[in-house]
Amino acid sequence: MQDIRPDTSHVVIDAHGLQCLIDALSQDGRRVVGPTVRDEAIVYDDIAGLGSLPRGWTDRQEAGRYALERREDEACFGYVVGPHSWKKFLFPPVETLWKARREDDGTMAVSRPERPADRFAFIGVRACEIEAIAIQDRVFEQGPYTDTAYAARRSDAFIVAVNCGQAGGTCFCVSMETGPRATHGFDLALTEMIEGAEHRFLVEIGSEEGRSVMAQVPHVRADEARIGAASAIVERTAAQMGRHLDTDGLKELLQGNLEHPRWDDVADRCLTCANCTMVCPTCFCSTVEDHSDLANREAERVRKWDSCFTMDFSYIHGGSVRASTASRYRQWMTHKLANWIDQFGTSGCVGCGRCITWCPVGIDLTQEAAAIRATPGEGRS
Amino acid sequence: MTARPKLAVWKFASCDGCQLSLLDCEDELLAVAGAVEIANFPEASSAIVEGPYDLSLVEGSITTPHDAERILAVRKQSKFLVTIGACATAGGIQALRNFADVKDFVAAVYASPQYIDTLATSTPISAHIPVDYELHGCPINKAQLVEVISAFLAGRKPAVPAHSVCIECKQRGSVCVMVQGTPCLGPVTHAGCGAICPAYRRGCYGCYGPMETPNMPALARGWRELGADGRDIRRALRSFNAWAEPFRKESAAHDD
Ligand code: SF4
Ligand code: SF4
Ligand code: SF4
Repeated sequence: MQDIRPDTSHVVIDAHGLQCLIDALSQDGRRVVGPTVRDEAIVYDDIAGLGSLPRGWTDRQEAGRYALERREDEACFGYVVGPHSWKKFLFPPVETLWKARREDDGTMAVSRPERPADRFAFIGVRACEIEAIAIQDRVFEQGPYTDTAYAARRSDAFIVAVNCGQAGGTCFCVSMETGPRATHGFDLALTEMIEGAEHRFLVEIGSEEGRSVMAQVPHVRADEARIGAASAIVERTAAQMGRHLDTDGLKELLQGNLEHPRWDDVADRCLTCANCTMVCPTCFCSTVEDHSDLANREAERVRKWDSCFTMDFSYIHGGSVRASTASRYRQWMTHKLANWIDQFGTSGCVGCGRCITWCPVGIDLTQEAAAIRATPGEGRS
Repeated sequence: MTARPKLAVWKFASCDGCQLSLLDCEDELLAVAGAVEIANFPEASSAIVEGPYDLSLVEGSITTPHDAERILAVRKQSKFLVTIGACATAGGIQALRNFADVKDFVAAVYASPQYIDTLATSTPISAHIPVDYELHGCPINKAQLVEVISAFLAGRKPAVPAHSVCIECKQRGSVCVMVQGTPCLGPVTHAGCGAICPAYRRGCYGCYGPMETPNMPALARGWRELGADGRDIRRALRSFNAWAEPFRKESAAHDD
């Protein structure tokens, strides 16, 4: 393949080109992470190239159920989203914030761990995930305080998006208007196209950095037919959503139904295990643990992912404010779908469906919201 | 230099595994010995310094009339008393006797049952004396033990979360085995082990006992949906923490 005009925003590569793209990013000193099969799931981890990708695999998802299945083709991105999200790289689940040491002369030395040198390249970021990253950006770097470690990792990250070629059983990005097409927030966006023996990727260039990386990758120009065919793939995906959430007046609906009997109904089923919050790509809560050593000379503060489902989360003098399961589930759902809008200007949900799939007992927030909508005002005094 | 706090380690009905966690601390062991005076720890040294003790670690459950007396004396000599492990905090695997008639076991096991002087039940230490802190696990996690001792020395609260194993499972990036079809006790089990079993593709066995707010009936329904029957649920719950109230009640509900 030969080079094309530098100002073109759409080009086409083949599977070899995808390998060249991964090579170019890694030769640029980036830590390339993307989808790979592990433990019978498609997780995000370090990848070396095409061989690491889940080629020929797809995932079947339902509430509380996930299974891998073989595809009939050799698609690299023929699945939806799995148990991991990019949050684990940008906002690590466990991170030491600082260490302190008491010296012999009684002085105290405080040190921050060196920022890990990872400059990430994310391969295979879905439209809903780009939105989720944007939501975490608002939390970590656009408020009154900036999480500098997050901001550094974030600004270095190179994003290769993938437009979804199919929707999963728990997907509802169409309801949340976050997908399935990536429209912004990427350096490159791929649409995978397989026709018979022909395996191609339409690449949309979204940034100058994306353009300069593509200069190192063999590609051809995309014609109108190719661009149209890629659009058709995404449109077909949009029509396949496994779930639907009616967002019309949802904020007011939930905020006006804080005593609805459905909260007790879900509390009967909910394990307060916190899986939904751990897998959610927008959930950002953390706790800090302070440790001191046996000699009482060294101390450290460690930040860990936390959840509104734990008792410690709402612990204040005298006990936990949200002691009942109903109050904890209500906190999670009303924050995510309603109060988030007051706080950050958007919903906290991007419709990725992870909380539905990865709830061990299959609790589905779209169903819970629908149940409240079906009988609004119930239980209000 | 001020005198180091005196540490005592006591054993009741147990396998010694939890005390051994302390000896297994390797790197930290010298630091422990530097920070406290190991005054009474027969497993480690036959030199015994008399009480009272600043910190007592108690392993094991109460299963004999003699031990029921002895624990009172331990409490009297201890300023701060921490129970360690599933036996001391929940009665241990030996609490399976609580679900049956201990006389039948004695008759089945011993040639001369008349010499056996045992209680009908195995009970946690907290059923006999006030306990200042409970560290769960079968066996306990040695890093958590060091954390509890360090916290005691610094006069702070130990960082030992009581939430589900699932949070640790997710923090380490494991894929949920329950969602993939394997029944798991993680959602109702107290964190502390670091979610070892799911990382090896097994369901959690509940070694750390009930988490802070376990919803047992909901988990049991989830197990049944995955094909487990009442016997599977009962057996899973009747292990090291069988006598812990939430596990005990739920296992009884599947006594069909
Ligand atoms: S609430 Fe659920 S569907 Fe929405 S973004 Fe979080 S995990 Fe995805
Ligand atoms: S909704 Fe599901 S995943 Fe979330 S805490 Fe409840 S049981 Fe766990
Ligand atoms: S494997 Fe078990 S412990 Fe881990 S998240 Fe699933 S239910 Fe929880």
